[in-house]
Amino acid sequence: MEKVTLRVFRGDKTGGEMVTYEVPKVPGMVVLDAIHQIQKEQDTTLACRWNCKAAKCGSCSAEIDGKPRLMCKTAVDEFNGQPITVGPMRAFPLLRDLVTDVSWNFKMAAKIPPLQVVPEMAGKPFVLQQVDVDRVQEYRKCIECFLCQDVCHVIREHNRKDAFFGPRQMVRIAGLEMHPADGINRREQLKTEAGVGMCNITKCCTEVCPEHIRITDNAIIPLKERVADDYYDPVAGLLRSIGILPRDKKAPFSSVPNDKTKIAEQGTGKKQG
Amino acid sequence: MESYETFEYDVLVIGSGGAGLRAVIAAREAGCTVGVVCKSLLGKAHTVMAEGGVAAALGNMTNPDGTKENDSWKVHFVDTMKGGAFLNNWRTVEIFTKEAPERVLELEQYGAVFDRTPEGLIAERPFGGHKYRRLNHVGDRTGLEIIRTLQDKAVGVGMTVHMETTCTRLLTENGRVTGAFGYYRDTGNYVVFKAKSVILATGGWGRMYKFTSNSWEGTGDGLMMAYEAGAELLDLEMIQFHPTGMIWPPGMRGILVTEGVRGEGGILRNSKGERFMFNPKYMPDLYQGQFAETEEEAARWLDDKQNNRRPPELLPRDVVARAIYREVQDGNGCEHGGVHLDVTHRGEEYIKRKLPSMYEQFHAMGGVDITKEPMEVYPTVHYTMGGLWVDPETCETSIPGLFAAGEVAAGLHGANRLGGNSLSDIIVFGKRAGEHAAAFAAKNDFGSINPSQIQEEQEYLTEPLHAASGESPYVIHQELQETMQTNAMIAKTEQTLLVALEKIQQLQQRAKNIKVAGDRYFNPGWHAARDVRFMLRTSEIIVRCALERQESRGAQWRLDYPNREDATWGKLNLIASKDGDAVKIVHRPLAEMPAELKALFEEGK
Repeated sequence: MEKVTLRVFRGDKTGGEMVTYEVPKVPGMVVLDAIHQIQKEQDTTLACRWNCKAAKCGSCSAEIDGKPRLMCKTAVDEFNGQPITVGPMRAFPLLRDLVTDVSWNFKMAAKIPPLQVVPEMAGKPFVLQQVDVDRVQEYRKCIECFLCQDVCHVIREHNRKDAFFGPRQMVRIAGLEMHPADGINRREQLKTEAGVGMCNITKCCTEVCPEHIRITDNAIIPLKERVADDYYDPVAGLLRSIGILPRDKKAPFSSVPNDKTKIAEQGTGKKQG
Repeated sequence: MESYETFEYDVLVIGSGGAGLRAVIAAREAGCTVGVVCKSLLGKAHTVMAEGGVAAALGNMTNPDGTKENDSWKVHFVDTMKGGAFLNNWRTVEIFTKEAPERVLELEQYGAVFDRTPEGLIAERPFGGHKYRRLNHVGDRTGLEIIRTLQDKAVGVGMTVHMETTCTRLLTENGRVTGAFGYYRDTGNYVVFKAKSVILATGGWGRMYKFTSNSWEGTGDGLMMAYEAGAELLDLEMIQFHPTGMIWPPGMRGILVTEGVRGEGGILRNSKGERFMFNPKYMPDLYQGQFAETEEEAARWLDDKQNNRRPPELLPRDVVARAIYREVQDGNGCEHGGVHLDVTHRGEEYIKRKLPSMYEQFHAMGGVDITKEPMEVYPTVHYTMGGLWVDPETCETSIPGLFAAGEVAAGLHGANRLGGNSLSDIIVFGKRAGEHAAAFAAKNDFGSINPSQIQEEQEYLTEPLHAASGESPYVIHQELQETMQTNAMIAKTEQTLLVALEKIQQLQQRAKNIKVAGDRYFNPGWHAARDVRFMLRTSEIIVRCALERQESRGAQWRLDYPNREDATWGKLNLIASKDGDAVKIVHRPLAEMPAELKALFEEGK
C-alpha cells in the first residue's frame, strides 16, 4: 500500500522536535486525515484542532511545508510523494504540537464596536439591493482561521500585536464600515488602536486566505483611504465641514467599552477561594 | 480530590452554537450575568456548517404575474407537521412558525447580510418539504453568517467565554441543577461552574456512525449529562440521514452536499441515467399530486414556480434518503456506491454565485468541477430530531433549572426535520431558553455544590490515565461506528438492531478498561476516553428506542414493520430515562392538536 510520510512538530512551549510518521494513503486524503490517522493508530496524544473538515470552520490552521494553510483543504497528492512538513502557526504562542493560543484574536475582536443601526433603518426590514451588499458579503465570508494573522509580518516578524489588530480584524471592520446600515464612524479606531497604518500592503494575507477574500485590495486599502480622507486631506475635510461633501457616517465614534464583555479562556466570573 | 477553579453565573450556557449564543443574548438582555462554555473555539460550532438557509415564512418572493407567494406561519406549520410525520409537538411547531420571521429580521438588525430579492428584501429559496420559497439565505454559507452575527452580538452585550472547555457532568441538589463540572482542554485542569440556571445548547450526536457530517464534537455529551442527572429523553430513534453526503473520495466521505443544490434545480440520477425520484414508488401518499410528474414540468418550475409543481428531488429528506438507499440496494448505484447529483444545467456563473462553497468544496478537496460534472452522493448521518424533552413555552427540561434549546432539545421536528428549520429553531428557542432561564435565575438563588459529585467525576475521568493496561478509546469508537453503520443506519430490522445492541453492551464492558497514554495537557486520547463512553450510552438508547417503535415513520425505517401505524405508534412519543444502570422507556401520548390548527390542513389542500 502506498504511504504518506509526514514530519510533524511535537512539543510544547519548553521545546520540541519534528517527528516522522508514515500512514497508509487513501484516495482523496487531506493532511488532516493523515494527522487523524496518526492520532488513531500511532500516538493518541498528538494535539490538533479541527471541527468541520470541510473548510467552513477555520479550526485546523497549520503551517504545511512552511505555508499557512487549512489541513482539511490540503490534499496529500499535491506533494507528489515527498515528505510533508506540518507545524503549528508560528505567530501565536504554542500550547502543544499543532495547537496554538489564538485568544489574542478574540480579544481584539471584542474591541470592535458591533453594528449600530442608523435610526432610519432600525427596527424594520432592510430594503437593500444585492449590489449594495455584494461588497460586504465578501468580508463576511471570513471563517476566522487566522491564517492571515499568522502570515502578517507585522504580527509574525515584528510581534506588534500591541499596535495592529491584523488583517482579520481589518476585514471585520471593513464589513461594518461599509455595511449600509452602520452608523458608527470607525476611522478613529482604525487610525489609533486598530493600527491600519501598520500594514504596508505586501498582500501576504490575501495569498493565504482560504476564502479568497481580497483582504488587501478590498478591505485594507479602502480603509486606509477612508482614514487618509478624514485625517490627511484638508480640502475634503473643509468641503465636508461646510456640507459640500457628504459626511457619510453621522454618529460619532464610540467604542462603548463594556467592562462585562470579556473573552478569556480562563474566564472572569467570580472566583471562590 | 484535586483542586478546581469555580465560577459563578446567574445563567450558565453550555454550548456556543446558534442556540447557545442566542440564549446568551436573551439572558444578558434580561439582566443576568452569563457564562458560556464551548468545547471548541468561539464561532466554530456546528451552526457554521449549515448551508442552505434559515426557514421562516417572510413571504418575500414574487410570482411571475407579480403577486406575492402566499406564505404564512400557517403554511409553514402544516409543512413542518407533515414533514415530521405528525410526531412533532404541535405547540412547539406553532410557536416556532409564528416567531421565526421576527427572529430572522432581528438577525438583520444584528448585522447579518442576507442575499436580496430584486425588490431589495431578503431572498428566499425553495427547499424540500416547504411549499413556498422560505429559506432565507446567504449563498450556501447561511450558518456562518448566523453564527458570526450572533457571536458579534453576544460579545457586544457581554458574556464570559470559556473556550475549549468540556463539561462532563451536571451538578445537582435535590433534583435541581446547580451547576456543571468540566475540564479545560488545554491544561486538563478541572473547573466548576455554579449557576442559578443552566442552558444546554450542546447540539446533536452523529459520531457513533461511520458516515456522518458531524464534527468530533457530536458525541452526545450534553444529552448524556442531562440523562445521568435524570432528564427525560424523547424519541431518540429519530436520526436524520441527509440524502446527499459526499461518498467519494473516501477522505471526504460523509461531508454534506447542501440541499440547496436541489433547491437550485439539482437532479438525482442512478447509474442508468434514470431520474429515479420520478418513480411513483417513491412518492408518499401524503404528497400525492403535489410534485411535478414530468421532467418538463420540473424544468419549467425553475423559472415559473406559480404555475408548475416542484421537482420530486425536493421531497422531505427521509423520503429522498430512502430512495437513494433503495436505488443502490437494487444495483443502480454509480461508480463508488452512490448516485449522481447534477446541477450543471444551471450554468457556471449561476452555480458559482448561488453555491460558492459547494463549488469550492468539490473543486479543492474532491477534484470535481460541479459546473461541468455531477457529484456522487449517498445518505449521511446529519441531525438528531430526538433529544431532551422540553416544555414548548419555556424550554425547561424535566429537571428544574435545566433548560435546553437547539438540536439537543426535541419536540419541534418530530420524525423528520425539514431543511432550514434547524437554523430557525436555534434562534426561536435559543431566545426563549435564555429568557426563561433568566426568569428562573431571578426567582431562585444559587443551590449548593455537592463535592462528592465532583470527586466521583474526577475519578471517572482520570481512570484511563492511571490504568496499568487497557484498550484505546479509538478502537472502541471505531467498532461502535462499524456496528451502528451496519445495523442501525437508514434501514433497520429487529434482527440488525439486536446485533447492534449486543455489540454495544460488549463495548460498554470493554470501555470500563480503557488506557490512554500521556498527561492531561491537550491530550486528545484522554478526551476521547470520556467521549466514547458518552457515545456508547447514547447509542444504546438510540437502538433501544428504534427496537421499541414497531413501525416506519419519518427517519425510523423498519423493514420488518414497513407501515406507518397512525392509530397506535403515531399517537405516542417514546420517553427514555435513567433507571439505575438500566434504560427505562415509556410511551407517552402526544397532545391533541386543537381544532383551529387541525383546520389548517384542510385550508392548504
